[in-house]
Amino acid sequence: MAIEKLSGADALMRSLKEEGVELIFGYPGGASLHIYDALFNQEDIEHILVRHEQGAVHAADGYARACGKPGVVFVTSGPGATNAITGLATAYMDSIPVVVISGQVKSHLIGTDSFQETDMIGVSRPIVKHSFLAQRAEDIPEIVKKAFHIATTGRPGPVVIDIPKDVSEPSYTFDFSYPEEVDIRSYKPVEEGHSGQIRRAAKLILKSEKPVIYTGGGVIQDEASEELTQLAKMLNFPVTNTLMGLGAYPGTDEQFIGMLGMHGTYQANMVMHECDLILAVGARFDDRITNEPKKFSLNSKKIHIDIDPASLSKIIDVDVPIVGSAKTCLSQLIKELERRSSDYDSSKLDPWWKQINEWRDKHGLNHSMLDTPPKNGKILPQQVIQSLYKESKGKAYVTSDVGQHQMFAAQYYHFDSPRQWINSGGLGTMGFGLPAAMGVQLAFPDADVACVTGEGSIQMCIQELSTCLQYGLPIKIINLNNSALGMVKQWQDMQYGGRHSQSTYGESLPDFVKLSESYGHVGIKVEDFNDLEGAMKECLSMKDRLVFLDVVIDEEEHVYPMLEAGMEMSAMWLDKDKKTWE
Amino acid sequence: MKRVVALLMENQPGALSRVVGLFSQRGYNIESLIVAPTDDPSLSRLTMVTEGDAKAVEQITKQLNKLIDVVKVVDLSEEEFIGRELLLIKLRATKDLKTKIEDSRGEIVFESEEIINVQFVGSSDEVDVFLSSLSKDEILEIARSGLSGVSASEKLLTI
Repeated sequence: MAIEKLSGADALMRSLKEEGVELIFGYPGGASLHIYDALFNQEDIEHILVRHEQGAVHAADGYARACGKPGVVFVTSGPGATNAITGLATAYMDSIPVVVISGQVKSHLIGTDSFQETDMIGVSRPIVKHSFLAQRAEDIPEIVKKAFHIATTGRPGPVVIDIPKDVSEPSYTFDFSYPEEVDIRSYKPVEEGHSGQIRRAAKLILKSEKPVIYTGGGVIQDEASEELTQLAKMLNFPVTNTLMGLGAYPGTDEQFIGMLGMHGTYQANMVMHECDLILAVGARFDDRITNEPKKFSLNSKKIHIDIDPASLSKIIDVDVPIVGSAKTCLSQLIKELERRSSDYDSSKLDPWWKQINEWRDKHGLNHSMLDTPPKNGKILPQQVIQSLYKESKGKAYVTSDVGQHQMFAAQYYHFDSPRQWINSGGLGTMGFGLPAAMGVQLAFPDADVACVTGEGSIQMCIQELSTCLQYGLPIKIINLNNSALGMVKQWQDMQYGGRHSQSTYGESLPDFVKLSESYGHVGIKVEDFNDLEGAMKECLSMKDRLVFLDVVIDEEEHVYPMLEAGMEMSAMWLDKDKKTWE
Repeated sequence: MKRVVALLMENQPGALSRVVGLFSQRGYNIESLIVAPTDDPSLSRLTMVTEGDAKAVEQITKQLNKLIDVVKVVDLSEEEFIGRELLLIKLRATKDLKTKIEDSRGEIVFESEEIINVQFVGSSDEVDVFLSSLSKDEILEIARSGLSGVSASEKLLTI
């Protein structure tokens, strides 16, 4: 094979191609000009010019969450790099494979406070899985190879590659070759679960009379939904998903008891509290799940499967910790259970299912709210989600921002497929929804992509409406407009005597219809319940236009159930006056 | 409880800042930290003393292991280990000082009419005892290395 001489910038583009990258989100600037010139001179990889670097990282993140391939971002040094930080932190908290390539000032200027200089490696250190500073053009191929390997394997996460401008300089070339394999002596993620632990887990599973399977984002990341469903079906166990895990198990299946945690369903939280066995897979017992850890599910045995050893027994001590990938460990568990299945009779779970169904009937979510027009004429946010579910036939990719609308979407849209529900669960980043939806739409150009948002969140990255026009992204923005920072206001109602400190905007909200039109899109405003379904239909029928559906909703509505801080998972507010404890 | 964690990491720029950063990021304390390249120049060995119960230290070692630059981590204090510190101390030269130092296993490495520079090697407790045998008026400056350690058994921290 003829040896090619490439510059650092050309070597970067070629390395990305070798990694199978088809799409880059980014924004050019001084320190990345050589890189952008190399991008211009090739035809394999498409670039999406965003309007703010935060949008670029969220879009790459949304792309990665939707299609499972790593998202790639180009930013320049200084402000370009710092604008990417929120996106990196978002991806880090949710373990999403994203590779951010930042331009840096020339090597000899590093440390001199030169123009647009920021220590990107230092600033991003606590919110990346790893980072690289390319010191020589020759190092770029190996760095790219390692970066993609680290970002996509084990517990995935974002990786930064910082490239000083002189390292991407076009006049210096070297013999390019791309490494075929990668070996990092300090990084060998464990895929397979310890066979002894798998046997111990199987024994506990077969003994249990009140079990629950609790799964998180790890099952989705690891493409383990099929194994999860198979296991749940063979055992007839109830399944609950975290906010990050929705869609891993079919949301419309009878064994699905809804999301758990802070705004989880009554039955899911009761099940967690009362069960005798928790099989946790790819979830991390975080504070939005457990409520007070000291009072968390005291009478259950716990099995925890996770790829990240540091997630095991971090918050809750478990009886059987298993380090390994969700997919491999679930397959091992299924095999082990099949071997022992002669012992198993799922009818012993009948009393447990009877109890669960009683809970579900008593305080489960009402999924038929469209049948009941609201008495005061105001549209309820839950009805908007139910209408979206109905009109999109449950098939849309749904991204969300952060707040009440996010919880309503998680509670009321039944996600039957993994990767269908895309939200910032860990960091809780307002402004995530619209750029994430761009990434999803670019991954799946023909799919219905809805961004469920609020008038607060949408304004945090609203500039991306312009990007959507440039690339013809027909996203459906479903704006639950309650003229307030709803979740903040809810907490102020519940815990601060209704003092709405800085959670409303006076009369300053824009006319979202006109705003959308000025960006070249379609805007529709709905205020009357009777217009909701028609408007939703119209919105979804415009297959090649971005539609901004601004729905004025009842501003008094709160999200329930809601866990009471400092207590066990069974302590929930069920509405403004009703709670499960005295 | 004091715990002594030793690790091998890639001898590369940024590796140490990742280890130190992890401690502040996750709210762990570092009481002392000592780091230098090993006989394999691609590796650095780091020893740190931290405070925490067994569960906290387990979490610390797991988080350290997650760092890509960290090759191997052990909690030396899980078993018997040999821990030593180097103390360099500058003392005001007084009449009986030299005998006192020699009796306490201190080694004089430089002296003038005004000052005596002493080195002392021992466990942290021994360093404390040596220091407390000196009076405040005699001590001009001290430099403690922080604890370095190896396991007492045939167990090795190598790759």
